[in-house]
Amino acid sequence: MSTLATNSHAHQELAHHFTDMPQQREAGTLGMWLFLATEVMLFGALFLAYTVYRYKYFDPFRAASGHLFVSLGTFNTCVLLTSSLMMALAVHAAHTGESKKIVRYILLTILFGAIFLGVKLAEYIIDYREGLVPLIGWWKPQSVDPMADREIRLFFMFYFIMTMLHAIHMTAGMIVLGVIAWFAHRRRFSADYFDPVDIAGLYWHFVDIVWVFLFPALYLVHPEIHLFK
Amino acid sequence: MSSIPYYPAAERPQTYLNWSYRVKSWLLTKDHKRIAILYMLSITLFFFVGGAAAVAMRIHLLTPDGTLVQADTYNRLFTLHGVVMVFFFLIPSIPAVLGNFLIPLMIGAKDLAFPRINLASWYFYMAGGLCAVIALVAGGVDTGWTFYTPYSSIYSNTNVVWAIAGIFLAGFSSIFTGLNFIVTIHKMRAPGMTWFKMPLFCWAHYATSIIQVLATPVVAITLVLVIVERVFRAGIFDPSLGGDPVLFQHLFWFYSHPAVYIMVLPAMAVVSEIIPCFARKPIFGYAFIAFSSVAIAVFGFLVWGHHMFVSGESLYSALIFSALSFSVAIPSAVKVFNWTATLYKGSISSATPMLYALGFIGLFTMGGLTGLFLATLGIDIHVHDTYFIIAHFHYIMVGGAVMAYLGGLHFWWPKITGRMYPEFLGKVSACIIFLGFNLTFFPQFLLGYLGMPRRYHSYPPEMQVLNVMSSAGASILAVGYLLPLGYFIWSLRYGKIAPANPYLATGLEWQTTSPPPPENFDAPPVVTEGPYRYDLMRSQLGTPLVMDGSETQLTGSVGL
Repeated sequence: MSTLATNSHAHQELAHHFTDMPQQREAGTLGMWLFLATEVMLFGALFLAYTVYRYKYFDPFRAASGHLFVSLGTFNTCVLLTSSLMMALAVHAAHTGESKKIVRYILLTILFGAIFLGVKLAEYIIDYREGLVPLIGWWKPQSVDPMADREIRLFFMFYFIMTMLHAIHMTAGMIVLGVIAWFAHRRRFSADYFDPVDIAGLYWHFVDIVWVFLFPALYLVHPEIHLFK
Repeated sequence: MSSIPYYPAAERPQTYLNWSYRVKSWLLTKDHKRIAILYMLSITLFFFVGGAAAVAMRIHLLTPDGTLVQADTYNRLFTLHGVVMVFFFLIPSIPAVLGNFLIPLMIGAKDLAFPRINLASWYFYMAGGLCAVIALVAGGVDTGWTFYTPYSSIYSNTNVVWAIAGIFLAGFSSIFTGLNFIVTIHKMRAPGMTWFKMPLFCWAHYATSIIQVLATPVVAITLVLVIVERVFRAGIFDPSLGGDPVLFQHLFWFYSHPAVYIMVLPAMAVVSEIIPCFARKPIFGYAFIAFSSVAIAVFGFLVWGHHMFVSGESLYSALIFSALSFSVAIPSAVKVFNWTATLYKGSISSATPMLYALGFIGLFTMGGLTGLFLATLGIDIHVHDTYFIIAHFHYIMVGGAVMAYLGGLHFWWPKITGRMYPEFLGKVSACIIFLGFNLTFFPQFLLGYLGMPRRYHSYPPEMQVLNVMSSAGASILAVGYLLPLGYFIWSLRYGKIAPANPYLATGLEWQTTSPPPPENFDAPPVVTEGPYRYDLMRSQLGTPLVMDGSETQLTGSVGL
């Protein structure tokens, strides 16, 4: 009896071209995993290019990394991992069909994401003041040796491109999560239908994992790490 | 007149074409079949735009000093031709039109897994096309379709940013299509449709989709970096700022070599369907053809370095890339031998799709074998960046992919439109295209071997004879392409009404009406047989109705 009831509820969310809810859920999840594969390749190309120059300009890149704020980066890493925890809790709440908890945890996820972006923006502003933004007119020479200077500049080019691309992905994720929180608030999800929460969760964890690679690659390269410089 | 409808209008069954005629029902459609039609119309437009540029180039090259345009204009022409043909015609051609239309039908699904993403892919494609058109109208681009840095990032003062933005957007459409196909093939197969009961068309598209999903993002970010280079002087590919232009070449070809297989694997998909149908035999070596598609996709990712043999690549990398490039010949040859073996002792008919498929086998083989020349280090240094390579990849792209696209279009035209194409004209145009193609591109092998570089707007007078031959061939080829455009449009109104299965082909797509109903099948299909049981067909159903123009009849027991 209870299965009948859940099935009839689930039918509202079943798209016409799927035969049942599990098929729809599996298709959606596989689709997101494939999308994440494309994202891996997208960031992968950047990591590859970064690695090429990290190897080619070994010492300038180490010196350049010393200009970054390890303290802020570490703080942000903790913030982002916490947001991932909140997302995991939201997904768990979705599986058990607790809509209020979904809303609460997704809003917390978005909040931690916003803190991350705020700190990132503060870092960018400090970088700008120190002349570390590698644009004409904004860049201040960081080394007396012009060759080393242009290589340090290249590091900062990568730093800005990669972290900004990451920030764009986070912003997109936060917008999607906002919509999903609204759906949850309107009680669209149940223990039978929670695919969007699951799928958005996959995306959010991926964006976090990208940062887990970005953080050591950019911040932890300098041989002497001073947490509070 | 053959335009007399088969049914009185009121009794006509509802099809995906006639359930609504409103513009909105097309532009906001989530039906994979209608999206395929949208793609078909748009890629046809781009094909003729790119073709017009090619015609202009061939007219220009009639004389050694060039007759038609300035050198700068010539640069813009070949860039336009390359960008439009690669990114806006060949990449989407077979997957987005025939794949989109047929994959759900072939596996017995109602639609692709993500209909909205499918529609979005067309809009991304059109937005990309719009950017490319803006780049064109605003004066063109002169970098060549490869956008090599630092020319594209610093020196060219043409509309590189617009063109790249267009390709970037079109890349999304390609990713969405591939993603949709993979999920659909994994999750949407009808009951009984196991992996090894799938038509080889689906296997080849699955392999294609893997490339689309994994390779396209790399070129996307690389082209974004070129825009960043141009706008902000980033320096990542700029030697004067510590960057490395060869890194661009690596990243670019990491996509653009596998992209060649995005173009040719779907062509192989089409040929694998046509050959058994018109040889009336089960396909020979089903599993080998299926896995060779996957093998081509995998090997295709490991050969990009053969584009950089003369770009300062280390000798050891060059040796490895050379060897890996040779290895692609193995799965390719497996396919060619299996198709040929399918023909052996078959009752072969020379219907239009079959002429295209046979043409494909010959031309693809020539294109593939000359690819082996180019993978050989010593020979590549001699013919690198000459007309030899132009001829080589046009044998694959035009002789292979375009021939197969046209063959597939003829083969499934009755299913797509519900009308037959005119068989005699079809055969004539297939022959014209085959002859015109060879006359256009075979002389280019010779020109390249004699040392005529690609992308040059002039050449020494002693090369004129071969160039004139090539230009003459191009004009024949143009006639060959305009003919189908004409008679396909003609057939929409005056073509014979197509039965559900005019060729007595196997495959689920022929079990439903022509054109199919909006949800593809009136009753959900259940699959019990493999895909190419032409041995059963022969004993059970007799001779097909449409094997040849003269036999085309509508009075048989099969059909509507």
